[in-house]
Amino acid sequence: MTRSTRTTLRRTALRGAAVAGALALTLTACSGGGTADPEAAAEEGGELTVWAWDPTVEPIAEAYMEAHDGVTIEVVNAGTGNDQYTALQNAIAAGSGVPDLAQIEYYALPQFAIGESLADVSELGAAELDGTFTPGPWSAVQQGEGIYGLPLDSGPMALFYNATVFEEHGIEVPETWDAYVEAARALHEADPSIYITNDTGDAGFTTSMIWQAGGQPYTVDGTDVTIDFTDEGSTAFAETWQQLVEEELVAPISSWSDEWYQGLGDGSIATLTIGAWMPGNFESGVPDAAGDWRVAPMPQWTEGASDTAENGGSAMSVTEASENKALAYDFLEFASAGDGVQIRLDGGGFPATVADLESEEFLSQESEYFGGQKINEVLAQSAADVVEGWQYLPFQVYANSIFNDTVGQAYVSGTTITDGLADWQDASITYGNDQGFTVD
Amino acid sequence: MTTTTVTPRRSTGPRLRRARGFSADRPRRSPLLTVLTGIVLVYSLLPLAWLLVNATKTQADLFSSFGLWFGDSFALFSNIGQTLTYDDGIFVRWFANTLLYVVLGAGGATALAVLGGYGLAKFDFPGKKGVFATVIGAVAVPGTALAVPTFLMFSQMGLTNTPWSVIIPSLISPFGLYLMWTFAAEAIPTELLEAARMDGAGEARTFAQICLPLLAPGIVTVLLFTMVATWNNYFLPLIMLKDPDWYPLTLGLNAWNAQAATAGGEAIFNLVITGAVLTIVPLVVAFLFLQRYWQSGLAAGSVKE
Repeated sequence: MTRSTRTTLRRTALRGAAVAGALALTLTACSGGGTADPEAAAEEGGELTVWAWDPTVEPIAEAYMEAHDGVTIEVVNAGTGNDQYTALQNAIAAGSGVPDLAQIEYYALPQFAIGESLADVSELGAAELDGTFTPGPWSAVQQGEGIYGLPLDSGPMALFYNATVFEEHGIEVPETWDAYVEAARALHEADPSIYITNDTGDAGFTTSMIWQAGGQPYTVDGTDVTIDFTDEGSTAFAETWQQLVEEELVAPISSWSDEWYQGLGDGSIATLTIGAWMPGNFESGVPDAAGDWRVAPMPQWTEGASDTAENGGSAMSVTEASENKALAYDFLEFASAGDGVQIRLDGGGFPATVADLESEEFLSQESEYFGGQKINEVLAQSAADVVEGWQYLPFQVYANSIFNDTVGQAYVSGTTITDGLADWQDASITYGNDQGFTVD
Repeated sequence: MTTTTVTPRRSTGPRLRRARGFSADRPRRSPLLTVLTGIVLVYSLLPLAWLLVNATKTQADLFSSFGLWFGDSFALFSNIGQTLTYDDGIFVRWFANTLLYVVLGAGGATALAVLGGYGLAKFDFPGKKGVFATVIGAVAVPGTALAVPTFLMFSQMGLTNTPWSVIIPSLISPFGLYLMWTFAAEAIPTELLEAARMDGAGEARTFAQICLPLLAPGIVTVLLFTMVATWNNYFLPLIMLKDPDWYPLTLGLNAWNAQAATAGGEAIFNLVITGAVLTIVPLVVAFLFLQRYWQSGLAAGSVKE
């Protein structure tokens, strides 16, 4: 069922690509670099360099090379997240050493797209893929009329919780954020070494939470940008989270540190509200906690609702500097909508493709680590419930880099998250205007 | 009467000397200093002890056992094995890269510093003051500040992402040059050079056979400094290199560490820690072996004889 759906999808996609490719041929013939028809380019062969930190990209490249004799793909781990963006900016500024394809997180994608560093792949066949991906990731790779990459994975959020800890203290798993605060108090009172979660101020988490609360602090229309952290969603998050921070109910531990892994392992961090890609990290990072953790839907702002948001996740994009965009696109489509998806799934990744998220095989998978729970049911449901209309800033990488100087202060000093958000807003507006955007 | 006055004088003699005269042979004991030194000693050895202890733990043990004592398992050897073989043995490759950068970079930097320092100390030429000012100025500029301009320049020359982009900037060591300069000025008596010239030795021969042995302690000092700098070099390779195949150990270990912070990445803290132990071993060995040359070099020129 799944396999056949996927092949049909792929076939239609390819047919579309061929038509669009022929069209693109006339449009981009002047740019040189051989043919602009992805399929023809793949047959002709060539060399590609891919910058990606995701471990599944390497096997995908190998599978692609096996299917296409003349193609050589070099996968380079040029650093993770920010490190890679800096390297990419440097390479683009220097005008040499730019890869053909790069893995870019959704929050950072607008920055590169608007800087005209990424190629618009809609003419190469991406326009035909409408409906292939879940709405969150799909809208994240679009800027205005262009499509600047294809989703590799997605991170619809869910509540990961340590069931053993909750059971031991007889506390219910919270379904609303108010209940979450109550649970935080109860847990910490029952055992002062237990915190409901960890947080030292994380831009990605904060924006995702505001996203779920229906806030839309960023509106972007070309170079006209509005930043406003006083809307209802932002306020709801700021006020709720302020209680947790003020009462010292969140562990002052930064995510991804070794202390964090330790907390996840020994039960002192009881929950994580995080993207659907997390199970793989649980399995490799805290193998000892196997059986303790479960997945529940994300707590809600209003009882009975089912809103979620995306947290993390990345796309892969063809760079404007690439000399063989057609071939690069062919590989990109293979990786994100073709056979590459299954390789990613086998490697523990979470898909962004609708067909896979709806497949019986995927949904019925029982996770041994999570005590036999069919976690994909929860996670896939979350992918369908993502609140639409969210936008990131075209300079989100910078904005996130100053998060800890502004909002982060609320975690270490007397300022509130609301004040911090106001500071963040001011600093982002100033920077945006300095960069030539019209921001208010 | 006389005998009674003599005896106490004899007995107070040493006590007086102990209270008054503190020579290098008889240092005064200060509890405060002892405590301070003790604290500094613990402060510097504790991380090392932590590193060694934790290199014996598995990934799971790392998070469930006390940091400064051994866990349930003793996994040192399996950790070392895994470190050397993980990801097709890329660690060994990084190790070889670092060695390459140290041999060519630090070795070259030392050679240049010795030649330059000797020339500046023992020959007079116009513009010497200008060179002096440039070198002193260059010591004050941190290499980090030059990394990005260097990257843009190297990128134009097509040298980025090659080992040369790490080796060439490492060749320049203003501090080493300055050190060799002052060292050569003190360690090589000008009369000796004159005598050698009088006996008919050419400049090259004078340098190789007479000056080099005299400069040995200084050379070792500079070599150690440049070696440590190149071995620990992080920012320059970070900017220059994109291909993990050319990473030095510092970048490689960081990449391994960063792996724990990505979706889908495997947390391998045990290998990062074991890798860090393996990384410092060569430096420790180098220090132990070169220590005596180094120590004698530090004091050279400090006392006029």
